[in-house]
Amino acid sequence: MAISLNVNKQSRTVDVPGDTPLLWVLRDELGLKGAKYGCGISYCGACTVHLDGRAVRSCKTPVSSVQNRAITTIEGLSDTETHPVQLAWEEIDVPQCGYCQSGQIMSAAALLANHPNPTDAEIFAAMNGNLCRCGTYPRIREAIHHAAGLLAAKGGAR
Amino acid sequence: MNLDRRSFLKMTATAGGAFVLGFYGSPDAFGQPPRRFNTVAPLAFVRIAPDGKVTIMAKNPEAGQGAKTHLPMLIAEEMDVDWKDVRVEQAGVNDKLYGFQFLGGSTATPVNWDPLRRVGAAWRQMLVSAAATTWGVPASECTTKAGHVLHSASGRSAGYGELAPKAAAVAPPALDTVKLKNPAEYTIIGNSQRGVDTAAIVRGEPIFGIDVELPGMLHAVLQKCPVFGGKVKTANTEEIAKMPGVRKVMVVEGTLTSDPILPLNPGIEPAVAILADTWWQAQSARASLRVEWDFGSGTFQSSTTFAQQAAQALQQPFGQVVRQYGDVNASLQGAAKVLEATYAVPFLPHNTLEPQGSTASFQPGKLEIWSTTQDPATLRRLAAQMTGIPEAAVTAHIVRAGGSFGRRFVNDADMEAVWLSKQMGKPVKVTWSREDDMAHDSYRPAATIALKAGLDAAGHVVAWHEHFVTFGEGKRTIVSGDIDAHDFPAGYIPAYELGMTIASPFRSRTGPLRAPGVNGRVFILQSFLDELAAASGRDPLELQLELLAQKAAPGFEVQPDRPSSLNPERLRGVLEMVAEMSNWRTRTKQSGRGMGIAAFFCHLSYFAEVAEVSVDAQNRITVHQIWAAGDVGSHVINPRAAENLAFGGIVEGLTQMEQEITFTGGSVVQENFDEQPLMRMRQSPKIEVRFRKTEFAPTGLGEPMLPPAIPAVTNAVFAATGKRIRTLPIKHSGFSFA
Repeated sequence: MAISLNVNKQSRTVDVPGDTPLLWVLRDELGLKGAKYGCGISYCGACTVHLDGRAVRSCKTPVSSVQNRAITTIEGLSDTETHPVQLAWEEIDVPQCGYCQSGQIMSAAALLANHPNPTDAEIFAAMNGNLCRCGTYPRIREAIHHAAGLLAAKGGAR
Repeated sequence: MNLDRRSFLKMTATAGGAFVLGFYGSPDAFGQPPRRFNTVAPLAFVRIAPDGKVTIMAKNPEAGQGAKTHLPMLIAEEMDVDWKDVRVEQAGVNDKLYGFQFLGGSTATPVNWDPLRRVGAAWRQMLVSAAATTWGVPASECTTKAGHVLHSASGRSAGYGELAPKAAAVAPPALDTVKLKNPAEYTIIGNSQRGVDTAAIVRGEPIFGIDVELPGMLHAVLQKCPVFGGKVKTANTEEIAKMPGVRKVMVVEGTLTSDPILPLNPGIEPAVAILADTWWQAQSARASLRVEWDFGSGTFQSSTTFAQQAAQALQQPFGQVVRQYGDVNASLQGAAKVLEATYAVPFLPHNTLEPQGSTASFQPGKLEIWSTTQDPATLRRLAAQMTGIPEAAVTAHIVRAGGSFGRRFVNDADMEAVWLSKQMGKPVKVTWSREDDMAHDSYRPAATIALKAGLDAAGHVVAWHEHFVTFGEGKRTIVSGDIDAHDFPAGYIPAYELGMTIASPFRSRTGPLRAPGVNGRVFILQSFLDELAAASGRDPLELQLELLAQKAAPGFEVQPDRPSSLNPERLRGVLEMVAEMSNWRTRTKQSGRGMGIAAFFCHLSYFAEVAEVSVDAQNRITVHQIWAAGDVGSHVINPRAAENLAFGGIVEGLTQMEQEITFTGGSVVQENFDEQPLMRMRQSPKIEVRFRKTEFAPTGLGEPMLPPAIPAVTNAVFAATGKRIRTLPIKHSGFSFA
């Protein structure tokens, strides 16, 4: 079926069964490969994207359920590739293998949009569904605090 | 290739100046002819653009361990270029140019430290020579700095970009003749440089194996038998072939070896392959697939039976003696106190977050493959064998992997992609589901170990008796199911005996998992030492230091040319360092809260760790902090990356405390992450890592921080609760992480 999507502020139409997970529409139909497949059961968070600004697991989101809603992937997180979370991830040099990191970044960006200066407890709660097999957690926490600092320096603008 | 964790390298300069790297399977192989010879060709590693930008080839695969950044740093340092002018490019597979291309065994640093610095120094010498010739001055009067050759007497200078064409015409000097920098002059080594792929990662660029896309490519899934190696009797392939997007459904006979001891690469497993235009089409078609299996010979596999067989084996004498010195029986009889304990560790998965996968494009007479392998040379050889074309006709591209941890020594998904591409005459990308990945892993073998030790009246350990129960056939153990006779405290106890019994056959594949051979065993060895300390009322740190002050038994002495032998001074050094970092000696006794210590030497590096935990009334463990002191020799090449890797190894150790793979009816019980916990961020402790600089050549950091993390935590649990964890995962000892 033809499905109209709003991905990274662009209108896209895809012809797939409505129960196709958003993740595979993004990756194989739209060529947006930043969101990753890790478990397929909404457990590891590697597939995290934003739906109307909220972090969701795209591997279990049927594409028919997201028509006419704002989908943001890591590729569209910032027009200028200078989102504070991306900058912080780069400056803190968070990744090891890097496979989970686009999901981590999307979850962290959603957190900071609502909690610009999160406590560790808020960070742990928001990031609980994002697993890192390499164990970069200390760096992720450091980077989220660093991103909060960058946000504050920008006057809180997202 | 047998990947023993003590694999290490010896480098010698040949008459021609080429560095010969020999890969050794075990310390006992030292002195025998190297199994692999490689030379390094300096010209292949570096390109200099007219604007002075330098491209340096990253020779090894990258899966998060950081070698794509820190190995080029070695070249850049000795070349004397500014790191900001360096671009790093992934090298292709060519051992004649790049030497030993390999990810594993913490080998990247010890193997490459010397030759890659010499590659950089050779380039510097060629650039200096080009400038000196141009200026008509002696090369000895020229110096270099940040990508320029300088002649201070005449005030002349020239950039590397300008000199490059002339330098390329200079014959590269023999690598053993080049002059290396005084380490005091280092500007890149020892200074943290950001990962060369970090920017691409944070932007979500398609740089992983799963992201490879070729024109006209088909996506494939393979449904394999739940029991390893089981064959397809019948399947509804015609029905599946009609499903949306499906282009082909094939029964794959497979190419499995008949050897009951499966090697790391035993061949392709039988399967039904579904090829479609997109991965989801192939995967959703699989939901309708009905296969009748011939489960084959592996259905006997049962974790319950394995445990019974291990218990029975422990009632009997050893099957074979692995190592023995001194009179253990007499010492035990004369001991003031004898302690006995039985420990067990489970099969473990790798769970690379990027599941196994590969992309191949076969055309008559040639093959291209995009692989996340840890061992490209083996991949190329296997691909050539499978397709019947010469190795030279196989072009292998090394693609960044979403984690490896030993799993990607197994090139099974690669071989599936190659086989399917050859059948289809089209490019094929194979992507395993998480369920495929967990059910068809190369598992870390389970083990059961019974220990008995004697203490004299003063609390000194006088005898050690260890019975290791494992899997195999006849006298052969399964891959990674053997045991090393050199693990501390072996050699530092007056009477010692280590024996082994092969108690159960096994028909699934096993293989190395990060810190192979010791990721489970150090938990056992360092826990039992902690038990001995507690039994004699002594501090576990002081007991370890005392053992390390003993004269080593014959065969265990420090040998300067054998870095694989334990140097007790270095292990004492990190123990003292971590004691200071954690205020170990002034810790206070608190109810429900405790500290534990553990240390080990493996993969040529030394780590000691202290954990502080609290345990609640429901036996839920909170790990508050881990202090880690490491000795990886004279230099930590890329400090922030090294720290990150050490964090990761420690977190992985804690994750291993909760995981297990179990078997019933021959197949693996656990299917996905919901049944296989990975440590979460909120559970991950605060970690402090420091390095003790010593005079020794730098060694690797892929593995050695992992093993001590587990017993540091379980010993801390004992300190907090008086309860000893002897069985992993911790849930089998009644514990969980909070």
